[in-house]
Amino acid sequence: MEPERPEGNGSGESGELAPKGRGAGLVSRARAQGLALKERAEAEAKTYKDPQQTQLWKSIFRVSHDRSDPRNRSLAILSNVFLHLHPAKVNRDATRYSFTWGMGGITFYLFIVLTFTGILLMFYYHPTKVQAFRDILYLEHDVPFGKLLRNMHRWAAHLMIITTWLHMFRVVLTGSYKRPREFNWCVGVVLLVLTLLLSFTGYLLPDDQLGFWAVTVGTNMARSTPMLGSEGPFGPQMGMTPFNDVRFGLLGGSIVDSNALLRSYIWHCIGIPVVASLFMAVHFWRIRKDGGISGPAPVMLESEMKAVKK
Amino acid sequence: MSTVIERPRSNRWLLWLVVSLAVVGALALMVDDWGQLWKISSAPDNIPIVMMIPLVVFFTWLGLKQSKDNDKLVGELEEDPALAKSHHRKTQPWRPGWARELHVWPYLVRVEFLAAIIVTIILFVWSILLNAPLEEPANPNLTMNPSKAPWYFLGLQEMLVYFDPWIAGVVMPSLLLVGLMVFPYVDSNPLGNGYYSWRQRRFAVSMFLWGFFMWIILIIIGTFIRGPGWMWFWPGQTWDHNRVVFDRNRDLHEIVAGWGLPFLNLYPWKAIFGAVVVGVVFVTGGLFFHWLMLRRRLEWADIKSPARLKGWAKKNGEFEEKLLARTSILQYLTFQFFAITVLWLFPVKLLLRLLFTIKYIWVTPWFNV
Repeated sequence: MEPERPEGNGSGESGELAPKGRGAGLVSRARAQGLALKERAEAEAKTYKDPQQTQLWKSIFRVSHDRSDPRNRSLAILSNVFLHLHPAKVNRDATRYSFTWGMGGITFYLFIVLTFTGILLMFYYHPTKVQAFRDILYLEHDVPFGKLLRNMHRWAAHLMIITTWLHMFRVVLTGSYKRPREFNWCVGVVLLVLTLLLSFTGYLLPDDQLGFWAVTVGTNMARSTPMLGSEGPFGPQMGMTPFNDVRFGLLGGSIVDSNALLRSYIWHCIGIPVVASLFMAVHFWRIRKDGGISGPAPVMLESEMKAVKK
Repeated sequence: MSTVIERPRSNRWLLWLVVSLAVVGALALMVDDWGQLWKISSAPDNIPIVMMIPLVVFFTWLGLKQSKDNDKLVGELEEDPALAKSHHRKTQPWRPGWARELHVWPYLVRVEFLAAIIVTIILFVWSILLNAPLEEPANPNLTMNPSKAPWYFLGLQEMLVYFDPWIAGVVMPSLLLVGLMVFPYVDSNPLGNGYYSWRQRRFAVSMFLWGFFMWIILIIIGTFIRGPGWMWFWPGQTWDHNRVVFDRNRDLHEIVAGWGLPFLNLYPWKAIFGAVVVGVVFVTGGLFFHWLMLRRRLEWADIKSPARLKGWAKKNGEFEEKLLARTSILQYLTFQFFAITVLWLFPVKLLLRLLFTIKYIWVTPWFNV
């Protein structure tokens, strides 16, 4: 908005007011121009009082969220990259906590918390036999808030497993895996496995007795894989030895050592999170495509059950 | 539509309180070593399990409570077709003129935001109060005893007691996951989609609960009961590292051979015997699940009178038969396979091992079950 200029401003031709002489004319012209600039700046500054009307704001937020008409409420969701996974409207009873328990959302939120704390932890951690354990000590005793960081990562991981199970439990109790959501249930089962594997691969990283023996116990089972493990049924017949079987592949060696630490680290920080993110994308996308949240749906009656089409 | 029904005040809760206090008291008297119990249940990595138990109880209650409410509504609507036509069919309140849908902004987003804040606060408090465990540096020459997998895999580790590693560690988990994945495809019941219900989905829900609780019980056994040498220590019993247990772990065929059938100790008879026993377990499991899926609802009155209970056990439910008719042969067989192997064979094996110290029921030169 261009503030309107006062009449005759800056032209220096309004003869009546102008004092005589060249020097006097210059001063009065400059004064008049200065006044005009001030007025203009004041008028402009008024427009900045509402930050939401500035070009900068409008370039970031595409719609105004301060009015609560239906169009704006819908746009608030639809035009936001983080929220657009949501529909604009939702079953009124689905916003009650008692139906969904919020467990799926909390699981995803914990994944975000874990990514955030995990990235920060990566700054202080080397996946090598020499340094790994010392890095944990360093985190616990020297890094500012290092202990809090590690604790949060640990407890969020445990909590995520519990919330994943409870989410699955709720989906079963509400029959939400039923048509058309069968496939998304399967994606969810894959995500459950990935969650467990994420936690398991992280267990080894402190390189302490707890992680070492837990992973030893866990990977020892892989020895017994049928056909692919050196001690499994038909394993020896397939040419499997402790130095080429599936356990060797998992650990990068025949014992839990430096290669296992590195493999565990890469699976934990890159491999599984990437795969899990892909499955999450499908999982969330399918929720929308399969008709959004499943309920609370109106109850059906036994007497209304249709006969099977044969 | 709803009328307030005044229920007579009952003192039954007092009875429950006294009984549960008595049970807790009796259990507390049995605890020998409180220090040991505290050591196990306060180990930082065991806190999630301690926390999970009340959470699972709470959410089971929350789910079943809503099922009960819905079931009551279904019962009312079944009896009154006129009401069924006009009712909005939810237990949540609704009035004509109310929108059936709400804007996600702000009504859902604010709930999510609040949940995120609460979870963050919980995490901060938990992390400030309790440190993540850190043991001594990894030492391959010093075996931890007991050396346990992370708690969520303790179910698998506990299975190692009952099965050979390739079954416990590879086959069973795979069956469990594939079984979970086929769950929606074998459940042919169209009812109960998107609302809590027990009445309409008793069999499906109880099958899942059976598996879910079995998994959690295995974790609890693995955490609280398995001590040094993976031996069975009751909660409150001191973990004695020098304890020796003289388990007579015998195979089933050896016991039966002792009853005057010595040839069962020799091949091929012991393998054939084992195959027959496993076959019998499979068939009884199948018959049991078939029987169970056709039961109508068990009412309190059925339990009280033996004659009614007999009738309940013998006569198939009408609704349940309709559901079975909707199930394809493939669905039925798939369900039976997973139900028998995961939900039947496993508990049978567990009980045989824990109660009768029987190690294998089927011994062959290639594998043992």
